[in-house]
Amino acid sequence: MSVIRAENIKFTYGSGTSLEKNALDDVSLEINEGELVGIIGHTGSGKSTFVQLLNGLLRPTEGKIYFNGRDIWEKPKRIREIRFKVGMVFQYPEYQLFEETVYKDIAFGPKNMGLDEAEIYKRVHSAAEFTGIDEKLLECSPFELSGGEKRRAAIAGVISMDPDVLILDEPTAGLDPLGRDALLCRIADYHKIRNNTVLLVSHSMEDIARIADRILVMSHGRKVMFDTTKNVFSNGDELEKVGLRVPQITKIMQLLRKEGMDVDPSTLTVDQGFNEILSCLSKHK
Amino acid sequence: MVRDITLGQYMPGKSVIHRMDARAKIILLLMLLVFIFVCRNFISLATISLFSLIIILMTGISLVKYLKSLKFILVIIIFTGILNLFYGSGDIIWQWQFLKITWGGVNNAIFTIIRISVMMMIGSVLTYTTSPTDLTDGLERIMKPLGLLHVRVHEIAMMMTIALRFIPVLLEETDKIMNAQKARGADMENGNIFRRVKALVPVLIPLLISAFRRAGDLAMAMECRCYNGGKGRTRMKIMSLSIIDIFAVIVSFLIFGAVIYSNLVYPAVI
Repeated sequence: MSVIRAENIKFTYGSGTSLEKNALDDVSLEINEGELVGIIGHTGSGKSTFVQLLNGLLRPTEGKIYFNGRDIWEKPKRIREIRFKVGMVFQYPEYQLFEETVYKDIAFGPKNMGLDEAEIYKRVHSAAEFTGIDEKLLECSPFELSGGEKRRAAIAGVISMDPDVLILDEPTAGLDPLGRDALLCRIADYHKIRNNTVLLVSHSMEDIARIADRILVMSHGRKVMFDTTKNVFSNGDELEKVGLRVPQITKIMQLLRKEGMDVDPSTLTVDQGFNEILSCLSKHK
Repeated sequence: MVRDITLGQYMPGKSVIHRMDARAKIILLLMLLVFIFVCRNFISLATISLFSLIIILMTGISLVKYLKSLKFILVIIIFTGILNLFYGSGDIIWQWQFLKITWGGVNNAIFTIIRISVMMMIGSVLTYTTSPTDLTDGLERIMKPLGLLHVRVHEIAMMMTIALRFIPVLLEETDKIMNAQKARGADMENGNIFRRVKALVPVLIPLLISAFRRAGDLAMAMECRCYNGGKGRTRMKIMSLSIIDIFAVIVSFLIFGAVIYSNLVYPAVI
């Protein structure tokens, strides 16, 4: 069943002024419950605009967005409820931290939902656990944390609302390779355990290839492709046309295949590639 | 929502007014503002208003834009206009208990309304046709003599430039933080004044922190490029007065002379 359905979405920034700019043009798609969808596209392709439309921070100029079959702008006054159900983690979310303690900051969302103290306590602790924040840190000021910890605290602040759909806009930008891997693993684990829908916007094809079920490719405000990860990345030419590329390992495997080696050209991760090459070499012997 | 506020109002163009030297423009427009208040009868007021209108039309920016700039002070214009109506002497036109409107009051009201409107539009001419950098450079040059009094003119001008430069950056940042907090259910549109002020805390604290961080980064970057104040600093663009500026000075002074002349010759109405 589709949890989010977009119908002919059009969005224009500054409509009616001389600075009018079409950010999205006729985008329609369905996202199924429990899916992990990767969204890729060049800077300015409209991916950030698209995700902000999904939780009602922006209102589409034309078209409709359905959440669980209901138009999210049916009652504009109640748009906050949608924002609790479609959690959104922005780029560089650590800049939104403001409370005295990490605990209070993570509790900001649940508190706005009007939950009672006991429930808030439970949610904050489970969100902190998911994002790997130590109990001891909860009583610290968020400004004393390291960069990676701040990032995770900010993500916990959204997870604590227990949204049905979690959107992450470039969650790994600016992290070191170790921090990036750790964060991606946590997101994948969170997705597996809670079994909810996750949308991941990223520039890194490697990140997306590793964890996404399906990929949405955007370019110039349009949907170019929306297919399974394997299908999208086996379509390297199409991706290059919109200024993107396939993951390095996929590229290598495709080149090897051209050279006559019998490997899978849609290999997505280094581990898979390693095994493919090994099995191919052992067959030759 | 924040995006709609226009503060850096500079509108690039190639008109004569745009090409004038910033210093000449600042000084002449300031003098013009003074002379709006010097007029004492309708002839001098008409002279100065017409001159202002010609300048406005010469900028090549649509009149609508200027009228829109009046929108922000419309309340003030109406309020002072009405207040002045009841404040004056002369023949009484209308009376109700202690309230009375006189011809003097009507004149007062007309003068005030025109003065404020023209003043606002002339101010807009300066900000519309001068880029913020030129504006602060011009101010720096004009204030240079103050350096003799140990006023750190260059530093003040540099601070102004930086402040102007970062207004759009901070606005964008405000927008981002607001969205992030709204995504966590912050409610900034509803509730009474106290609730709304309280709702701003989650926006203002991150904004303040980021402003300090930016200031620190910028100071570091400037020091890395050996910036150490105004001493011995040369400019890439050297300001020079052109024939346009000299012409502008002559025309302006003729108009100012005409204002003084008509003030002396014709009777004052206020």
